[in-house]
Amino acid sequence: MSEPRLLEVKNLSIQFPTRKGIVHAVNDVSWSVDQGETLAILGESGSGKSVSASAVMNLIDTPPAVISSGQILFRGRDLLQASVEQRRLVNGKNISMIFQDPLAALNPVYPVGWQIAETMLVHGIAPDTARRRAIDLLGRVGISDPERRAQDYPHQFSGGQRQRIMIASAIALQPDLLIADEPTSALDVTVQAQVLDLMKELQRESGMGMVIITHDLGVVEKVADKVVVMQAGRIVEAGEVAKVLSQPSNPYTQRLLDAVPGRHGFSVNKAAEAGPTPLLEVRNVSKVYFGRLKLFSSAPQPQVRAVDDASFTLSMGETLGIVGESGSGKSTLARMLLGLDVPTAGSIDFDGKDLLKLSAAETFKVRRRMQFVFQDPTASLNPRMTVQQIVSEPWAIHAGVLPKQQWGQRVAELLHKVGLLPEHAERYPHQFSGGQRQRIAIARSLALQPELIVCDEAVSALDVSIQAQIIDLLKELRREMGLSYVFIAHDLALVRDFATSVVVMYQGRIVEQGPTEQVYGNPQHDYTRRLLAASKVHPGALAA
Amino acid sequence: MRSSIHASGTAEMARPAQAAPSAFRDIASSLARDKVALVSAAFLVVVMICVVVGPTLLADQARAMNLMQRNAAPFSLDRPWLYILGADALGRSVLARIIVASQNTMLIAGTAVLTSLVIGGALGLVAGFKGGAIGAILLRLADAIMSFPSLLLAVIVLFVFEPGVANVILVLAISRVPIFLRTVRAEVLELKERLFVTSARAMGASTPRILFRHVAPMVLPTVINLAALEMAFVMLVESGLSFLGIGIQPPEITWGLMVSDGRNYIGSAWWVAFWPGLAIMLVTMSLNLFSNWLRVATDPVERWRLQTSAE
Amino acid sequence: MGNFIYKRSLQSLLSLALLIILVFFLARLTGSPADLYLPLDATEEMRDQFNQRFGFDDPVYVQFGRFVVGLLQFDLGESIQYSKPAVQVVLQAFPTTLMLAAITMPIVIAVAIVTGSLAAFRPGGMFDRIASLISLIGASTPNFWIAIVGVIVFAVWLRVLPTSGTGTPWHWVLPIAVLCLRPTGVLVQVVRSSMITALSSAYVKTARAKGVRSRAIVFVHALRNALLPVITVASDQAAGIVNGAVIVETVFGFPGIGKLMIDSVLLRDFAVIQAAVLVTALAVFIINIVVDITYALVDPRIRHS
Repeated sequence: MSEPRLLEVKNLSIQFPTRKGIVHAVNDVSWSVDQGETLAILGESGSGKSVSASAVMNLIDTPPAVISSGQILFRGRDLLQASVEQRRLVNGKNISMIFQDPLAALNPVYPVGWQIAETMLVHGIAPDTARRRAIDLLGRVGISDPERRAQDYPHQFSGGQRQRIMIASAIALQPDLLIADEPTSALDVTVQAQVLDLMKELQRESGMGMVIITHDLGVVEKVADKVVVMQAGRIVEAGEVAKVLSQPSNPYTQRLLDAVPGRHGFSVNKAAEAGPTPLLEVRNVSKVYFGRLKLFSSAPQPQVRAVDDASFTLSMGETLGIVGESGSGKSTLARMLLGLDVPTAGSIDFDGKDLLKLSAAETFKVRRRMQFVFQDPTASLNPRMTVQQIVSEPWAIHAGVLPKQQWGQRVAELLHKVGLLPEHAERYPHQFSGGQRQRIAIARSLALQPELIVCDEAVSALDVSIQAQIIDLLKELRREMGLSYVFIAHDLALVRDFATSVVVMYQGRIVEQGPTEQVYGNPQHDYTRRLLAASKVHPGALAA
Repeated sequence: MRSSIHASGTAEMARPAQAAPSAFRDIASSLARDKVALVSAAFLVVVMICVVVGPTLLADQARAMNLMQRNAAPFSLDRPWLYILGADALGRSVLARIIVASQNTMLIAGTAVLTSLVIGGALGLVAGFKGGAIGAILLRLADAIMSFPSLLLAVIVLFVFEPGVANVILVLAISRVPIFLRTVRAEVLELKERLFVTSARAMGASTPRILFRHVAPMVLPTVINLAALEMAFVMLVESGLSFLGIGIQPPEITWGLMVSDGRNYIGSAWWVAFWPGLAIMLVTMSLNLFSNWLRVATDPVERWRLQTSAE
Repeated sequence: MGNFIYKRSLQSLLSLALLIILVFFLARLTGSPADLYLPLDATEEMRDQFNQRFGFDDPVYVQFGRFVVGLLQFDLGESIQYSKPAVQVVLQAFPTTLMLAAITMPIVIAVAIVTGSLAAFRPGGMFDRIASLISLIGASTPNFWIAIVGVIVFAVWLRVLPTSGTGTPWHWVLPIAVLCLRPTGVLVQVVRSSMITALSSAYVKTARAKGVRSRAIVFVHALRNALLPVITVASDQAAGIVNGAVIVETVFGFPGIGKLMIDSVLLRDFAVIQAAVLVTALAVFIINIVVDITYALVDPRIRHS
């Protein structure tokens, strides 16, 4: 090898000492990237996938962390041997980095134009030039009216725009290498595609190298040339993207691939058989939030239509998927179904009874038949209660369902049903992994033997492989107990794999609904088509 | 299918979910690790012993005038050990007086904080959970009390009523109620939006159940930590009142009163005013350090972080 | 932003009104001034005359009505003790207190921000430990005691500073030092913890990835974000001093508003109490508005809400 690589990480090992002993965050990790090339580092949470990139940027504090061995060669020069000042001069100029959550990653108290210009200022470009170029860059990454918007603050932009601003700041000095840590994970599907397209476009223009750290196979397929797969701090597989994804040699990679919904074709989900009366009937439901009326102002009262005239039905044994991006009103709909919010207009019938006209006592009874699983199992379980207390709380609330002396045994049964062990009953939620916590939440939702479970983004916070396990569990319960689900998600492939019928929401309205195969196979509405196009996980080349 | 669920379930469980250590043992071991907190806790225990047994053992020595020992200087080895910190103008042992005065000083601060904790905490729960007009009125009232020049309120009330122990406690308690009210209210406002509270609501839990089962236990650590800090602050205020001559009146003694007495002799016998002031400072410091530690030790998020950082 | 400040001002005004009502009635609970100002053997006639002169013969609600009417005409009544308008008495004492606050607070804020930021830069480091210990001592020391100790050491033993009075700039050194101590100790801790949070945020990581110098990261990126809680606590402390630094004023013989208020309560000089509370409350009200404007300047999200 005559010409040194653009960036080469060689046998890097980093440890973090913790109270429970030393944690090997990355262990003997090597990867490299060349000019114009894109490397993806793929891994689930806790795999150590961002640690080596943070080490490249000198973002890891030593101490407490210890870099015990390895080299980080940038154009043949070992960054780990360079002084702090030398490394600072590399950052932003030769190598730059963007992060997952652009709202947190941008400083909230400075205008975005200033923040882009700062990259240039710290590397010695004159203030006037920096300011002018910052405006040009804003225009380049697709922010309209850049001259004016440069004065605005991060909170005045949308999520996708913020990530564009981060990118503008990162490419300001035309670096040789751009490292992106989960750059699109916090964004909606359609926006994700646009941001990735922008990054590829900029790469073509400048010929920079890119390292993309992600948990999302879709992102890897879309943008990367090479991929390294990480598990528990080690690289388990590396190679060309096409090759690794079609012929994985490592069982872990295989498992990851298998976990992606639809990888082996979608399962066809048919409702057992529709009962005579629908279990749930939502008619013309709207939810309007009113802003405050201002004193001494003639402006009309501001209002937001979170949900606008939504109607659908759900039969016994059916699974209704509700898909939509953030702000589409799908979670507001879930809150109204669960009686946490009251619709402004419309009616919700459960088993023929209008929920909105029931007395408090009757509502209390209906709650037994309708349970829920929320997105974030960490937040939805009280950290001060044991699993036993959590799972038996429904019986404590609905007195008379189950005599107290049977609670222990029933909790054990429920834990077994969701794939946990009876002895887990005495532990606290924080002693479990994310997937296990969601299993606890599911066990709780089964305690009252409900007929309907509303799942609001129930698996979105989990790693792909865990997602698949939870979906399998939900399917199993559906078969075994004849449950009906309202399954709210933003992941289209997931919904296709699980739901019998689908509702597509966009800006508070239902734009399309029907049986799953029909909506996915032959989308009618323009937005549905866009959504499907953006979230296409498997381009034809790979399906073969 | 069934078996495959279980296989995957256990695979995921391969991560060590360690046995539940009792919360108490957790906290005890955390105290043992933090040397500073340990020392301050030990000091506070010593003070508490003085509070409980001090007056019964040393009441006479604290009151007995001994003209032989008038203005005796500290650290003199040829006097009885009780005079190690010197004696005041009437020949009373400063050490004995400090130990005896600890009871009044701590009792007043402790009772005042406990009273304001109970009242402010309850009002804060209501203001945070109910919100609306009641919440707004409570908050404005708290603001008015807070904007009252603190000593002025004390002076007026203690001027109207007798400046006895009970009234001093009452004044201090009233002036600290707003702190607890605001803190608890802010916590409750945040907690009631938390997902596990929403979950309880969706299950049909009643308001009392949500308040006492889900909200109150989460607020308690914050409140206890605040109480330790407030205890330190109230001690300072109380001693300030005594110093100004509008708090506790002789023959009762508190540390603040002792400093005030000693003030007249600073030229000739500095120790009379110095030691009780030092006692106030050390107790206040210990309470601060102890509450710092308490905050970390009882915060579930913090403990969570420490325990999961290994994953 | 206008909306935010308008709303906050309205709330403060409401609290201010409540406070003044409270003071008016509480003050009258302390007893009749006639008992204090007239000789023990005063005749009924003399008492009536005294009460009539100051309006104490009317029912309390009538007195309150008169007080409110007077307030609207900027007339706060007459001091019994000094036999001149209460406002005059108060405005004579207030500048001393204002001066104390105006010197103390800038020192406190500057020292706290520099010390707290440096301590937060390396939590657990040598500087952090020393700064934390000293700030803790400062926050825990009773100020009347340290005032006395200060007098012993500097005025009695070393004889470099005067014991009390306001004659020369040297007279201000000890009082200011004592006044600074506790607020600085508390504020250093606030700055430190607020800065630690800010320094561990994602935007600081971004700044490091951009190659921004450490000093700029601390003082440009993190500090401005960490300022809000610091402003809140500092304004409470400023309000505390403006409301009367009673102990320092007493120990060092400074004729400030705190001492005046306490003396007026003891002497049942109602008009002066009311005027003093009104003036200080107005000053605190102004501090609060300045603070709200500062919030909005520091954080654009507040400005746009």
